[in-house]
Amino acid sequence: MKLLEVKNLKTYFNISSGQVKAVDDVSFDLDYGESLGLVGESGCGKTTSALSIVQLLPKEGKIYGGEILLEGVNLAELNDGEMQKYRWNDISLVFQGAMNALNPVMRIGDQIAEAIVLHQKVSMKEALIKAGDILELVEMPRDRLMNYPHEFSGGMKQRVMIAMALACDPKIIIGDEPTTALDVMVQAQILNLIEKLRKEFNMGFILITHDLSILTETCDKIAIMYAGKIVEIAESEELFKKPVHPYTNKLIGCFPDMNGERKLKEGIEGAPPNMLELPSGCLFAPRCEFASDICHQSMPETVEVGPNHYVACHKWEEMINGQ
Amino acid sequence: MDNNIIEVKNLKVYFKLKNIFGKKKNLVVKAVDGVSFEIKEGEILSLVGESGSGKTTTGKALLQLVNCEFDVLKFQGKEMDLTKKGLNSFRQKAQMIYQDPYQSLNPRQQIIDIVTEPLEVNKLISSEEERLKRAKEALEQAGLKPGEDYFFRYPYELSGGQRQRVVIASSMIMSPKFIVADEPVSMLDASIRTGILKLMIELKEKNNLAYLFITHDLSLAWLISDRIAIMYLGKIMEIGEANIIINEGVHPYTKALIRVMPKAGVKRDGLRDVLEGEVPNPTSINSGCKFCNRCPLATEICFEQEPEMKRIGKNHYAACHKLEENSEE
Amino acid sequence: MNSIKHEMRRRKIKEFGSSVYHNKTALVGTIVLSFFVIVAIFGPMIIPFSTLDFGNPEDMLQAPNGEHWLGTDDMGRDILANLISGARVSLLIGFLATLISMGIGTLIGISSGYFGKAIDNILMRLTDFFLVIPWLPLMMVLAAILGTSIWNIIFVIGITSWAGTARVVRAQTLSVKERQFVERTVSLGSGSFHIMSKHILPNVFPLIFANTVLIAAAAILSETTLSFLGLGDPTRASWGMMLHYAFESGAASANAYWYYLPPGICVVLVVLSFALMGYAFDEIMNPKFKER
Repeated sequence: MKLLEVKNLKTYFNISSGQVKAVDDVSFDLDYGESLGLVGESGCGKTTSALSIVQLLPKEGKIYGGEILLEGVNLAELNDGEMQKYRWNDISLVFQGAMNALNPVMRIGDQIAEAIVLHQKVSMKEALIKAGDILELVEMPRDRLMNYPHEFSGGMKQRVMIAMALACDPKIIIGDEPTTALDVMVQAQILNLIEKLRKEFNMGFILITHDLSILTETCDKIAIMYAGKIVEIAESEELFKKPVHPYTNKLIGCFPDMNGERKLKEGIEGAPPNMLELPSGCLFAPRCEFASDICHQSMPETVEVGPNHYVACHKWEEMINGQ
Repeated sequence: MDNNIIEVKNLKVYFKLKNIFGKKKNLVVKAVDGVSFEIKEGEILSLVGESGSGKTTTGKALLQLVNCEFDVLKFQGKEMDLTKKGLNSFRQKAQMIYQDPYQSLNPRQQIIDIVTEPLEVNKLISSEEERLKRAKEALEQAGLKPGEDYFFRYPYELSGGQRQRVVIASSMIMSPKFIVADEPVSMLDASIRTGILKLMIELKEKNNLAYLFITHDLSLAWLISDRIAIMYLGKIMEIGEANIIINEGVHPYTKALIRVMPKAGVKRDGLRDVLEGEVPNPTSINSGCKFCNRCPLATEICFEQEPEMKRIGKNHYAACHKLEENSEE
Repeated sequence: MNSIKHEMRRRKIKEFGSSVYHNKTALVGTIVLSFFVIVAIFGPMIIPFSTLDFGNPEDMLQAPNGEHWLGTDDMGRDILANLISGARVSLLIGFLATLISMGIGTLIGISSGYFGKAIDNILMRLTDFFLVIPWLPLMMVLAAILGTSIWNIIFVIGITSWAGTARVVRAQTLSVKERQFVERTVSLGSGSFHIMSKHILPNVFPLIFANTVLIAAAAILSETTLSFLGLGDPTRASWGMMLHYAFESGAASANAYWYYLPPGICVVLVVLSFALMGYAFDEIMNPKFKER
């Protein structure tokens, strides 16, 4: 059994101007100790996917279909009270601005311990000892439990947030742009830390980011999202060496390749579709240079083009042969 | 005859800190502490560093937007005229592009007013027709076509990429010679980024512009610039041609940055080779090399004496005591 | 080209109108106030009685009846007629005093926030002075010295009520001043006047507008107070003057509720409608409450 299987997940938002299919028919899975990168531009539904898994959607959002199987249990069917048992204990989240979510007038130790007490049946004293243990786990001295958030730098606060995410020994950690606001060196430190902990505890890790370049060295698998759908999913080296979907190909070109030529590649013309008026057919077709009639008419099926390599594109055969 | 557009020697920006009673203590933040470089006409110099390295402050100091001290500051070969009149004519030729187009546009101004504002404050337009014509030209040059469609919109009606194009249109309307671009694409999505960079380069080639391109992203700097300067805590650690810095960088800090740079498509074995710790607080800086606390090669001399800039090769300089040992390893 | 500009402006006004319509507080406030404004403008043209028309001795202090719907006062004048012409005076004083107050407050607030340093210090100490002095005695003294004319009352209320506005505007100016678009315009070479008028004012304006409405409420109340204390303009009967006369004639002890109640209720309604609008406009126009 896989650790996490997401099957045909549909999460829609009902807003005053209509329905937004933020996540539409998204499927992926995650094994123990495996890391998956979910990448796409802003508004592509990557964060909504994560929030659907832990059911922390804003009130306009609702899961309309699909299954989220955590070790065989379908989280999508649980009510809020039942879900509470799985959040933090089995799946925890680290957000982008998470470091600003710390209460400025409470000691770090108390904040971590509080999270532990909320989810596990332990006393505050035991929880504080545990808080010290996990602080050491994220490579911070135990005595910093007594410090207030303002005494930490941004990178340190993000470490504290990772510590809190680890507090209840989860099986999966979801990082939603966990290093975006940080400096390159601190980002590398944090990613190192997550990688180390993941291997140590055999946890699953989902990294959500807009920065494709950090994914290959961080994740085993990469899923590319566009306008609420996964257009391509593959093992990370495979994805970079043999991208099939035209969007993947272009997106890779948007990041400088230090081993390649020093030249600005073509960007992607146009903008992602308006989520309220989605085009019929393939959602990328209006921006795609290979699009033909069929692309504008029908939505492509997801096909397996290689081992563990899935693509949703009508032209996948041409794409593979063209390279 | 040098064709430097801008040249600065020993630029310093110090901020005095106040304590809670508002009295000035002796706490001084040396945001920029003795920076020297020059940019040639039509050249892109990238200033790369982590937050707190003083890269943005350097850019603002060049444009005289913060109080600064310097030994030499020359623009187009002449000493900068710091009188009000001199500054005004300088500002027509030197502009700044900011990181966040959400912040750098007045939310209550229409696009046409934003774009033609430089002309208006410098009283360079005579009639409404001319204003409309210039605005249309500028917007279309920045890739917003047709220009008049954008005239009476407000910034919140545009996407991030379009907003940054408005900023560029507004900056270019005076045909400047020098632009400080402070992380102009870091807030934008990857697919839009390339378009903005292409536009900036296209305009550079057309108008023989020079850029000071401020970024935290070494790979981006490598991609677009002629030369790269690496900054750490208010000092330039190493400066040289882009390819040389990336492939033959000598300073331990440059090397550390290059080591952690994500390499797309390559699976890393083992963990990243990171520098421990973080950039220290700039108020508590010792007398020696700024980087000594985190430098793997640091010895006694590094803690005591600040290293001088040394010439390594053509256009390539670095400030480090340990250059010989470093290059041998 | 101009048609697009007009179209944009029309769209903006429509947008504002629709948010007022959907905000119940704002809607109630606007309706009540509009009613009084219409009455103040057109009312005196249609009322059958002159306000200065002294009635017959037998008309004195009549309770409401078919001829005098709201009764008569101690001089036999029609209360409704007085009320309608009083609306004009009270609202006029309210609006003009507010205009003066907002003008001074905005000018001092923006200059103080923008220039900072010594100018800020001087202007803010002046503001503090006006903020802490007991305004009622000051108004009484000023009104007594300057004489009791409606223009003097407007002036007195105007110059005693700007301090709060100045404080609020200064605070907002300080925050707008730090925003990046201001720095950008400096880098374009703009001067102080340009920055203050084109960048800072438009961004503090919503706040000023919301504040104006609240100041107007206070101004009408101040006018009522001054007039009630006998410092009003005797030639123009505002609601405050009506209350003053009612009190002097002993209407309360004579149980002539129709004399003192209507002006009181009108003052309360107008002040309330201003206050409702003020809070609602603050909500509508304050970007903090708006999603980006």
